[in-house]
Amino acid sequence: MANLSTNFLGIKSPNPFWLASAPPTDKAYNVVRAFQAGWGGVVWKTLGEAGPPVVNVSGPRYGAIWGADRRLLGLNNIELITDRDLEINLQEIKQVKRDWKDRAVVVSLMVPCQEDSWKAILARVEETEADGIELNFGCPHGMSERGMGAAVGQVPEYIEMVARWCKQNTRMPVIVKLTPNITDIRYPARAAKKGGADAVSLINTISSITSVNLDSFSPEPSIDGKGSHGGYCGPAVKPIALNMVAEIARDAETRGLPISGIGGVTTWRDAAEFIALGCGTVQVCTAAMTYGFKVVQEMIDGLSEWMDRKGHRSLADFQGRAVGNVTDWQYLNLNYVTKAHIDQELCIKCGRCHIACEDTSHQAITAEKGGVRHFEVKDEECVGCNLCVNVCPVENCITMVPMRKGATDPRTGRKVTGDYGNWTQHPNNPMSCKAAE
Amino acid sequence: MALHTRKGGSGRAVSAMGLSKAQIAANFSDLHPPLDAHEARVESDRCYFCHDAPCMTACPTTIDIPLFIREINTGNPDGAARTIFMQNILGGMCARVCPTETLCEQACVRNVAEGKPVKIGLLQRYATDHLMEQKRQPFARAKATGKRVAVVGAGPAGLACAHRLALHGHAVEMFEARKKPGGLNEYGIAAYKATDDFARREAAYVMGVGGIKVNYGKALGKNLKLEKLRRDFDAVFLGVGLQGVNALGLSGEDGPGVDDAVDYIAELRQASDLTKLKVGKKIAVVGGGMTAIDIAVQSKLLGAEEVMILYRRAQAKMGASPFEQELAKSKGVVIHHNLMPVKVKKKAGRMAALICERTTERNGKVTGTGKRVEFPCDVVFKAIGQTYTDPTGGVLRLEKGRILADAERRTSLPGVWAGGDCVYGGKDLTVASVDDGRRAADSIHAALMG
Ligand SMILES: Cc1cc2nc3c(=O)[nH]c(=O)nc-3n(C[C@H](O)[C@H](O)[C@H](O)COP(=O)(O)OP(=O)(O)OC[C@H]3O[C@@H](n4cnc5c(N)ncnc54)[C@H](O)[C@@H]3O)c2cc1C
Ligand SMILES: Cc1cc2nc3c(=O)[nH]c(=O)nc-3n(C[C@H](O)[C@H](O)[C@H](O)COP(=O)(O)O)c2cc1C
Ligand code: SF4
Ligand code: SF4
Ligand code: SF4
Repeated sequence: MANLSTNFLGIKSPNPFWLASAPPTDKAYNVVRAFQAGWGGVVWKTLGEAGPPVVNVSGPRYGAIWGADRRLLGLNNIELITDRDLEINLQEIKQVKRDWKDRAVVVSLMVPCQEDSWKAILARVEETEADGIELNFGCPHGMSERGMGAAVGQVPEYIEMVARWCKQNTRMPVIVKLTPNITDIRYPARAAKKGGADAVSLINTISSITSVNLDSFSPEPSIDGKGSHGGYCGPAVKPIALNMVAEIARDAETRGLPISGIGGVTTWRDAAEFIALGCGTVQVCTAAMTYGFKVVQEMIDGLSEWMDRKGHRSLADFQGRAVGNVTDWQYLNLNYVTKAHIDQELCIKCGRCHIACEDTSHQAITAEKGGVRHFEVKDEECVGCNLCVNVCPVENCITMVPMRKGATDPRTGRKVTGDYGNWTQHPNNPMSCKAAE
Repeated sequence: MALHTRKGGSGRAVSAMGLSKAQIAANFSDLHPPLDAHEARVESDRCYFCHDAPCMTACPTTIDIPLFIREINTGNPDGAARTIFMQNILGGMCARVCPTETLCEQACVRNVAEGKPVKIGLLQRYATDHLMEQKRQPFARAKATGKRVAVVGAGPAGLACAHRLALHGHAVEMFEARKKPGGLNEYGIAAYKATDDFARREAAYVMGVGGIKVNYGKALGKNLKLEKLRRDFDAVFLGVGLQGVNALGLSGEDGPGVDDAVDYIAELRQASDLTKLKVGKKIAVVGGGMTAIDIAVQSKLLGAEEVMILYRRAQAKMGASPFEQELAKSKGVVIHHNLMPVKVKKKAGRMAALICERTTERNGKVTGTGKRVEFPCDVVFKAIGQTYTDPTGGVLRLEKGRILADAERRTSLPGVWAGGDCVYGGKDLTVASVDDGRRAADSIHAALMG
């Protein structure tokens, strides 16, 4: 059996599956249930400063989009940080950590942007013996209007400053949680590192309006006829999260900075992908909120099964293995030629590949042959774009087959040389490095 | 238990089986109960929105199936209904009676993919019911053209033709021999396929478009002449169906105890209280098509003790689809193959048994083997096909006993179109008749306005 245990900044957990700071981690009751179900760790729902807690709306806080059969694909929320009393939260954290020594308990924090506020709360959290802290610079709604959350996360200088305060005022490892609501994720990540943060976690939710009610003309979720943008998460955000993780993992300035990957992790496969892009742990919110804590059992089993199959004995065996393969477009091999190929045995003749290619791509798939429905790729037209693969309802029915070295691409008439050649060297590129005359 | 002797007909001694009202109601409830909104949503999600969809090609009326299913899925069932009605104004009945397992659903790519087609029929019913329940018409008529068209027969073909003509702005007058519209929808379709008086409600909905006048009790060839219709109207459409039945060719077949399946079904369909309808105890049905299945199943549901279907060829040749054969078997009907009736056996003037001969098939021809089998029974139903009986005085060219019509459903006589079961080369299905009616109407419109 593969070893799933993790050591992230010295924080140990039996598996890399942590619950992200959110409703599933708002109380001891939930967290204990999560640990019973097998979760490796939690990031406690974000705590605010002492005093009267924040107040949530009493109307709906979630909006959603669905796929086929109402499968939840994207969730949006307008919830704030914890609305429970700080003291109660701290007591519960302490008790839970005491009872579950082998699990990771990290505390998420968000207080006003003054050193004293941070100092005060850090001291209180240390008393709980929690394993670490996560600075919530991510919440895109509500708290950001009060100068916290994403309002901090969008200004690299603030990130650096607050990270530094925290490092100076606590012995606990500091994770900075990044907001995706910026134009280039590398800047806030670099700032966190500069401030001395031990790790970054990302992504927090994406500013979003999930839908508009066409009777009331209010955005959803609607609070007495009005709506506000919320934070988007769930399977739909995974591609955005993966890219942001990859950007940080391969950036010269932040390379090697530990990352806890968050955003749309729903299955073991998603987790493996985040880890392959360099993450040391993953955090999950929506999947747990959709299916309950039991989903972690599929994640643990699926991951270890896959690792066994591939011969990875520990997470370290494949952590970061995909980072080196993320590159800039200009370095992609333009001499690599593929053609779509349809497996006629698997084809159910729905015609989706044909119409997609015919109407919106390169007119490279037939619709009939000898008067009967027949879908076949015309190699002389196929540019290898892969659209047909993505619209075909039957898995593995259409595959992209690389052309052999020495073969001639019937579309271009050019021979496949097997040599690597990218845009920086391409004759059509006015900036290409020309060979010396 | 009261003993009723049938008036008229063959006067056989059979009685009602004394099933309770509740049992009858349960037996004759909807064969395929409708989908609710949630089920429709889930089912419509399964459609791939195929290009040049095979289901659409397989539909005789070429309904844009992927489009209407997508409309259901996006919360627009009324738009879906309009998409259906555009091609098939009897889409509601077709959703209930089409043998989808040999039409659209057989062609559905999900049938190929996983043996489970999208439930096109039930989705069609969901959409059409949704609009019809609001009593909203799908389309408005074009401005009046001043042209008048006579439509003879108010079955599926006639109704579809009349509706499309009315939409085009023509004034339509229908002539129907019976007292009610609907043709076999009203008198022939199995009761559990068109529950809650659907045939009547649908006919009213179709004629609700306006511009259609119906004259009941007007039978061409009896109190109505084609010559006069041709004189009085700009065009004539004939949708008179099949009014004759094939004979077994046995002595004693006209006596008591032998009946036409279609006559009995018509009686069943019109009965106000099925608990009072007379049923045989042991019934032998001769035939292998839809009608044979329908009479057998309904007899069983009415309480008959034993029902068997005797078909003269091998099972693979049966006109009834595998689904229908299964339905019959699930109701306790026994299906025998390779048997042909040779003699009716009577005792004291009453039906006692049907004597059959085993058959084999050589080069498609059925021949007796000489081996006889006796099937004791008190009622024999003939379900071996219906025939066209000409009400026009022989003025139309026929082909194999039915009216010859071209692709636009023009007959050999100028100004006369025909469609439905009465024309040659059709499928003898409700949906095919609707297609004929619509095609003919479009052709008439083109001819009148051209
Ligand atoms: C028992 C039975 C079960 C069936 N089940 C199914 C089924 O499940 N699914 C399916 O798709 N199909 C089924 N069919 C076939 C289907 O009912 C017919 O194909 C369809 O009804 C034909 O339509 P039509 O308009 O051509 O004729 P009809 O429905 O027969 O209508 C003809 C109309 O014309 C009238 N008429 C006849 N002669 C004259 C005249 N001289 N003057 C004036 N009016 C006249 C008749 O009274 C009738 O109203 C079944 C048929 C039978 C007999
Ligand atoms: C209802 C809700 C409340 C959340 N509250 C917080 C929070 O208090 N602090 C925080 O750092 N992130 C919060 N998040 C963001 C999640 O921790 C997580 O970053 C995000 O949902 C993406 O992960 P997912 O796709 O697995 O849901 C919240 C998310 C949801 C759905
Ligand atoms: S890969 Fe692209 S171009 Fe080639 S057949 Fe598929 S859709 Fe068409
Ligand atoms: S999309 Fe796939 S299943 Fe459909 S026709 Fe194309 S290859 Fe066949
Ligand atoms: S064949 Fe099936 S999946 Fe394709 S459009 Fe028709 S109903 Fe939908």
